Amino acid sequence: MGAATALLALAGCGSGGSAANGKYGFPEAEQETSSTITVWVDADRQAAAKAFQAANPDTKIKVVTYDGSANGSNSFRTKMQLFDRAGSGWPDVVFSSQNNDAAWASQKSGGKQAFAAVLDKGLVPKETLGDFTEGSLDPCTVDGRVYCLRNDLAQAVLWYNKPLLEKFGYALPTTWEEYQALGEKVAEEHPGYIVGTAGDAWTPEVYMWASKCQANDVTGPKSVTVNTASAECKRAASMLDTLRDKGTVPVVSVFTPEFLKKYSGKVLMMPGPAWYAGAIFHNPESLDVPAGQLGVAAPLTWKGENEAVTGNVGGGTWFVSSHSKNLKAAQKFVRFVTTADEYQVDAAPGYPAYAPAAEKWIAKQEASKYYATSLQPVVTAASRVWGGWGYPTFSQEAIWAKTITPGITGGKSIVDLLPTWQTAIENQAKVNGYVVK
Amino acid sequence: MTLAPSSDRATTDASEGRRSRRGVGSPARRAVARSPIGYLFVTPYALLTIAFGIVPSLYAVQLAFTDADGGFAGLENFTKVIDDFRFWPAVLHVTIYLVIWLLALVFFVVGLALMVHAVGVRWVSTTLRFVYYLPGALAGASSVLLWLFVLDPTASPVSGLLGAMGLDSFVQVIQPGHLPAIFAIIAFWTGAGGWIIIMYGALNNISTEVIEAARIDGANAVQIALRIQLPMLRKWVAYMGVMSLAAGTQLFVEPQLLSQASNAVVPNDYSLNQLAYQYAFQQNDFNGAAAISLILLVVALLLSWVFVTRGGLFEKE
Repeated sequence: MGAATALLALAGCGSGGSAANGKYGFPEAEQETSSTITVWVDADRQAAAKAFQAANPDTKIKVVTYDGSANGSNSFRTKMQLFDRAGSGWPDVVFSSQNNDAAWASQKSGGKQAFAAVLDKGLVPKETLGDFTEGSLDPCTVDGRVYCLRNDLAQAVLWYNKPLLEKFGYALPTTWEEYQALGEKVAEEHPGYIVGTAGDAWTPEVYMWASKCQANDVTGPKSVTVNTASAECKRAASMLDTLRDKGTVPVVSVFTPEFLKKYSGKVLMMPGPAWYAGAIFHNPESLDVPAGQLGVAAPLTWKGENEAVTGNVGGGTWFVSSHSKNLKAAQKFVRFVTTADEYQVDAAPGYPAYAPAAEKWIAKQEASKYYATSLQPVVTAASRVWGGWGYPTFSQEAIWAKTITPGITGGKSIVDLLPTWQTAIENQAKVNGYVVK
Repeated sequence: MTLAPSSDRATTDASEGRRSRRGVGSPARRAVARSPIGYLFVTPYALLTIAFGIVPSLYAVQLAFTDADGGFAGLENFTKVIDDFRFWPAVLHVTIYLVIWLLALVFFVVGLALMVHAVGVRWVSTTLRFVYYLPGALAGASSVLLWLFVLDPTASPVSGLLGAMGLDSFVQVIQPGHLPAIFAIIAFWTGAGGWIIIMYGALNNISTEVIEAARIDGANAVQIALRIQLPMLRKWVAYMGVMSLAAGTQLFVEPQLLSQASNAVVPNDYSLNQLAYQYAFQQNDFNGAAAISLILLVVALLLSWVFVTRGGLFEKE
């Protein structure tokens, strides 16, 4: 995977990691193998803790529920920094719903050792790490070292309504160019129907990332390359502009009452992350698409490119604290919740990052007879997440929401806003201590 | 955020006024203040102020002039935050908000208080005061949550009004240009009621002889309001200004909640206080955060000083 090798090549610059003076590559606390470990989870991951307790009654865990840093609340980092200042109180294991945490948790801060334990220097067995889907540990990898385990993937695919597409007599697009042409056709022949949305903060992760737009190329622990003027950024931007003008890719967030009011039953297709299936389509509170209608297609290519790449919208991560007094239990816990069937296959809502679990999870989903097509495209997309879009400490979603969304609402086009976007990313990167190239 | 003033103060003042007019109270009250019991009453407040006001402020001063390792940094933290690309926009946002909000407060609160005071029918006046006070009973965060619904055209009870303004979606309502006004409206709605009641109490304080004399001299209601009541309210308007200014410069809850509700379309670095929060918890730079807080404190103190001196807040009558 590109990013990993790039990071490996760059290993050695930056003095981010902690001093390698423990047997796993970080300074260890005094170990007490029978001590209780404290585990921080969000509401959705309480099931994971329950599954672990059922399977390992001898390991004592204390479960604390927090918001999982959702919606950019950043509470994980906030709390750990306060513990850093206090010099005690860190939980042993933390779940985060974000992908930006390894970027700071792997680094020393304010003279304090990095929060995250290095996992690939013996703490977690090599074969376990090797079984994760290709590229799925990228958000956890800083300077070639792995600092967290990925809970689930959020690869973008093309969701579509199969009977509706057949009724309209359209062919399924395989390139973005065909997708745009289809969007324009739908606007004329079936106004009111949509082929996507661009009103959420993760719009750049679905469209720009899949177009290999170099807006977020993290090249080292503290360096990022930003070039939103590239042809790759422009083609995706102008496609979104065209389809917004036509009304087939509206600037509406999928989690608003407005979206449900206007577009229930009107979604012909929608590029988006794997979790759209459960969160939007197959959700009585949202679009509530009946069984046998929802189909999925592999990520689209751009003309002249032989292999499609895709973007990724979130997907949780599990961290072990480097301050833990019971590393053995902590790593046992994170290994269980990311790899064991009892949680990842039987109870987890999202696509498992751990490949063997993912296979069984897909089989289980297909057996439910809800989907109108095979779910193989979701598996294909899992290892196609483009490595040129990185995971810095700051949030690209927040930048897009703050600069582009109001701009579009005010009548500007994304193509016109690309320079503004560039400046906003550079500014945000700099105040977060990044060197921008 | 909005400091809802307690109405007790107004009523005590009002009753004090009535008492002193009856020639009771003043000398006796001063004697009480010198007795030990007075110190006993003041002690809890003083202790809490020291623990949660003065000590943290001093800690902030120490942080602002040191670097991450605790060494002396001079003015480095201040230059760093002032050079930050987010600093001046945040200053501008808070300034516009304060101007809109303070003007609205002074105009509407005084105006409404005068009107309620002029209402002769007792139950109408009481009902009105109660209705004004009601929104203030909702604390900052919960009132913002309520406003999230009001501001979303798909769920708003006033969606017709929003639609008439050409606003059909939540994102259109919360455009950057609209935000200062939105925050000012929210703050006014939650904070004004308490102040109206205070002003009402202050108006009760104005001796009836003065008003009577003005009437005999042929002043009509408007003239009495402008020439007698308003100048005599000056102190209270200044008091309201100082308190609201102190609260307003610390704008935080409204933009922070709107930011989360709008998935960051309202930026999470909109106000100075949010920027300080970002410094502390996003960039792990407590020194920079302390520098912003100090800048805020100094500015608020300067502005308060203007209000205090112009408003004659500490003059003895």
